Amino acid sequence: MADSLAPRDADGLADAVRWAVAGEHPLEVIAGGSKRDFGRPVQSAATLSLTAFDGIVDYQPSELVLTAKAATPLATIEAATAAERQMLAFEPADYAPLLGTDGEATLGGALACNLSGPRRIKAGAARDHFLGVHAVSGRGERFKAGGRVVKNVTGYDVCKLLSGSYGTLALMHEVTVKVLPAPERTRTVLVFGLEPVDAMEALGAALGSAHEVSGAAHMPAEVAACSAVSYVAGAGASVSAVRVEGFPASVEARCGALRELLGRFGALEELHSKNSATLWREIRDVRAFAEDNGPLWRLSVPPASGAAAAARIADAADARTLFDWGGGLVWLGVNGAEDAGEAAVRDAAAAVGGHATLVRADAPTRAARAVFQPQTAGLAALTERLKRAFDPAGVLNPGRMYAGV
Amino acid sequence: MPEPDAGVISQRQSLVAALRKLLPEYCVIDDERGLRPFECDGLSAYRSLPMVVVLPRDTREVSRVLALCHERGVKIVPRGAGTGLSGGALPLADGVTVGFGKLNRILEIDTANRCAIVQPGVANLAISTAASPYGFYYAPDPSSQLACSIGGNVAENSGGVHCLKYGLTTNNLLGVEMVLMDGEVLRLGGKQFDAEGYDLLGVVTGSEGLLGVVTEVTVRILPKPSTARALLLGFPDNASAGACVGEIIAAGIIPAGLEMMDKPAIHAAEAFCQAGYPLDVEAILICELDGPEVEVDELVALVGDLARKSGATTIRSSTSEEERERFWLGRKSAFGAAGRMAPDYYVMDGTIPRARLPEVLTRIGELSREYDLPVANVFHAGDGNLHPLIMYDSSIPGALQRTEEMGSEILKLCVEVGGVLTGEHGVGVEKRDLMGTMFTEDDLKQQQRIKCAFDPDQLLNPGKVFPTLHRCAELGQMHVHRGETAFPDLPRF
Repeated sequence: MADSLAPRDADGLADAVRWAVAGEHPLEVIAGGSKRDFGRPVQSAATLSLTAFDGIVDYQPSELVLTAKAATPLATIEAATAAERQMLAFEPADYAPLLGTDGEATLGGALACNLSGPRRIKAGAARDHFLGVHAVSGRGERFKAGGRVVKNVTGYDVCKLLSGSYGTLALMHEVTVKVLPAPERTRTVLVFGLEPVDAMEALGAALGSAHEVSGAAHMPAEVAACSAVSYVAGAGASVSAVRVEGFPASVEARCGALRELLGRFGALEELHSKNSATLWREIRDVRAFAEDNGPLWRLSVPPASGAAAAARIADAADARTLFDWGGGLVWLGVNGAEDAGEAAVRDAAAAVGGHATLVRADAPTRAARAVFQPQTAGLAALTERLKRAFDPAGVLNPGRMYAGV
Repeated sequence: MPEPDAGVISQRQSLVAALRKLLPEYCVIDDERGLRPFECDGLSAYRSLPMVVVLPRDTREVSRVLALCHERGVKIVPRGAGTGLSGGALPLADGVTVGFGKLNRILEIDTANRCAIVQPGVANLAISTAASPYGFYYAPDPSSQLACSIGGNVAENSGGVHCLKYGLTTNNLLGVEMVLMDGEVLRLGGKQFDAEGYDLLGVVTGSEGLLGVVTEVTVRILPKPSTARALLLGFPDNASAGACVGEIIAAGIIPAGLEMMDKPAIHAAEAFCQAGYPLDVEAILICELDGPEVEVDELVALVGDLARKSGATTIRSSTSEEERERFWLGRKSAFGAAGRMAPDYYVMDGTIPRARLPEVLTRIGELSREYDLPVANVFHAGDGNLHPLIMYDSSIPGALQRTEEMGSEILKLCVEVGGVLTGEHGVGVEKRDLMGTMFTEDDLKQQQRIKCAFDPDQLLNPGKVFPTLHRCAELGQMHVHRGETAFPDLPRF
């Protein structure tokens, strides 16, 4: 049976890595385990659990920074920030329902996967809020980078490199993130019955306005039907959604202005705080795709090309689609394709400029297909050199992103 | 700086001849008069003539120059507009300075995807100017924005007054085209929000020209806010001004800009440009709010109330664009004003946890008396980024050295209270030798291994950022005792 290590402190983590290096035991790194099936299957000899690294270390609301151990559940962070009327502005998703796991999403996991929700278009991605880190490299050495202040250019921005590295470079055990005031009020303007191309134009008009839109999504009719919000599920048509947040008077004024701007596209409705929160949580967690377990792709493309990319794929495969980030993020559930739709998806991403990730598929598919966008030779070589710079023996989540990395 | 390589210098003529085969005559500068303007950047206390300057006109020429230098083992120093304040573009006597002045075109303003593609030599402000007819602008606004180049902004991860609300350069970048030291051309990111794979764009941004040379930049552009208004607030002491900043943040307000000036800075600015600042206060705050008119009006009133409760003795809010600009005039002239008060001044750039401001200002005051050098403080109060301006006279022997010593003490103080050495100006040569106060040897070695992944021969801008140069082969070594080690203490499930 494979070993399961659960170090209690940073020195224990370093010991565990040195043990793995010495005995050539590749490690699968996990915290809450909610995204354990995201990425290529890791060929590991042992599991390294970070669950002991749990708890908020320091939270200074007036400094807009929070330091926590990496495996602190997002729910803990969210409760603490909400008590101070603050939030993690990058709106990290909980993929546990989507990926069919019962694990608990953690702060470190959200950063390691650079998971950002609908507010990414206004507030930035997880990586934009990641200020400082204490970690152990694949060499078994403790190091830190960044700091505990929001403005810092001292040394390389190693936090950026670690966000989205899926545990392949270092074991993060303590992280510092930026927090921001939570909005007092939220309103969502819905536009009904638009085809994707027109929906992208409507979302683009909203995002190009001065109304500080913090969410811009489009749900084709069959996706809208899955919503728990009656105005959305009962529309019987596609639903495009535009969110504004902030101080009450400002939100009301911007909501009114957006209604005026979007009225020419179709019939309108307005969601208030509770329904709005439900809808954007569904979009954030891609809940419309949680009920099936087929292959699910995530395309990151130029926003104005989102509809074109989806249409190209729909021509080649039976696909269900959800658009977020004003069209810049396209979720695609593919049914019945032999290659999980890979050829069509890669072709579409290449045509419009962008990339695609196979977020969900069964293990054999994830082993056989490129889960992350295949890289050009130059980028792949640089990626390998960076992997070796942190983890020369290849003991941290080997192969999770790319074979040999 | 590393000792110049006499062997490389002796090959100068042959290098110049080879470069002239790649670039036209006028793009390769090797005469002393032509080289002189490149001898320093904005940190003018450090000067050195480069061996050669080249001014490539496109990516292919950049790639060929780098490949040639790589082959010959010649060092490269990239240079944007030369406005940097930490000596990042300080030339090397045995190195080629690559200037980006001829890569100065705006290639595309894409309003549908809300981004702009520009060449690295384009001035920061020129992007906003080009986007303006479409109702957009580029948010990061370093105070040198009229002159500083976007390529330099990428290298330094530049900030500016508005970065509290809108982020630094790194938060507003979508992609770059970059040339590695061996001449290989890579694209990182694009018009989409997230890059694929490792966040190479993130680590290249702010890498001070040590990892690669950027030849094209894709930035996000934002719709211009419909309204902007500013408040000018005066306080009887630094502590109450600092407390007011805390109150503003606690009320859930993230102003577009939130600047503080201490008494010496206020008086210097007022004497310089008569902005109308109150002279009977110890500190002022300038708080700018932007967004929808109804929000701005509400928040201006709210901030005014918070200031009153924090003990402000002056509370003025702008009612016109002219008045708003006048509030900013003194702040924007602060460096010039310092230049008027003393023959020379030295700009520091540390970040501290905001709550520690009063004590840090007190300690800076003590240092000022100890070193007998006047200091004026301007402060990006919202994000804790402090800019003490130390005034001195370089014609007095030893004055520069004492100024630098005092500056080092201030930066060590920033680290001591939980802050960092540099908030937006970069490490460069200026703060290189202080890196050890913030980082351990292992921290720095891990950073240098990143350098080795990009530039294994360490030919790109060496001598900057890292106090000790290690060979990449040495950094890559790992001492492993093969065979099963016991590690009996490892806790298992």
